[in-house]
Amino acid sequence: MDQFAVKVFVRLRPSVLDPAGEATKSASIKLGAEGIKSLRIGKMIEVKIEGNGENEVREKIDLLCDRLFANTVIEDYEYSLEKL
Amino acid sequence: MDNFTVGVVVFPGSNCDRDVSWALEGCLDIRTKYLWHESSDLSDVDAIVLPGGFSYGDYLRCGAIARFSPLINALDEFVKSGKRVLGICNGFQILTESGFLPGALVANKNLNFICDDVELDIISSKGGWFNNGDEKQTIKLPIAHGEGRYHCDSDTLKKLVDNELIALRYKNNPNGSSFDIAGITNEKGNVLGLMPHPERACDETIGGTDGLFTLKSLILK
Repeated sequence: MDQFAVKVFVRLRPSVLDPAGEATKSASIKLGAEGIKSLRIGKMIEVKIEGNGENEVREKIDLLCDRLFANTVIEDYEYSLEKL
Repeated sequence: MDNFTVGVVVFPGSNCDRDVSWALEGCLDIRTKYLWHESSDLSDVDAIVLPGGFSYGDYLRCGAIARFSPLINALDEFVKSGKRVLGICNGFQILTESGFLPGALVANKNLNFICDDVELDIISSKGGWFNNGDEKQTIKLPIAHGEGRYHCDSDTLKKLVDNELIALRYKNNPNGSSFDIAGITNEKGNVLGLMPHPERACDETIGGTDGLFTLKSLILK
């Protein structure tokens, strides 16, 4: 069995308004940070998982992302995978 | 209808289950039974309410974890058989997460948790949920949510409009919902999800009775 560290990034789709991102952008500007054109907030999920090779683990992670981690009506996801 | 029983689902974090039960039993004399979310036996209930609250702490997304409970798995057969399912607030979020209704509910545009009475236009009476007989086309119901902004893509919205699946629209959109949507049904009409709380508008002493008809509609065939 191989073990992998997976980092999943879940983001609101560009068409979905992100009010939390807008509020944080507004606070960033109040802090004095200049030049911020856009600020959107997503989630990062770290998973340690074992399986027989990268392909099998990718299948499991795809299922998790598609059915649980992200709601694909409003969110996109991507992930990186590192063999431990 | 003497033995007609409405199942009120209880998830860890549900907090409107007793209100729904009170409204059905106390105001409408309809028998209720609490259904723990781990139960998958729906054989002795004739309709189901998914009440408001914060199922599983709303972790990940509202309704996202509840979707995987044994009860929600069993709901598919129940809905296919034509029996009625009403999802209120968190219940609506669970119905969209689990795919019984299209779209999704996301954080209110102004980020506030909004607790208020809202005026709603009845757009469609599909399924008879708002066919209240007195031709009152506007009703007033309480809302209480932080993540009630209905979102869907333009194709889905067109389908909702074309098939008369939009049940309720806000008169003054409080949360930024697409097309002012406050509640929708499935195509068959036996599943209704809405953000407002009809169970909190069932007695004049608490501010109105516009929610009675929707709850009473649970017993419709």
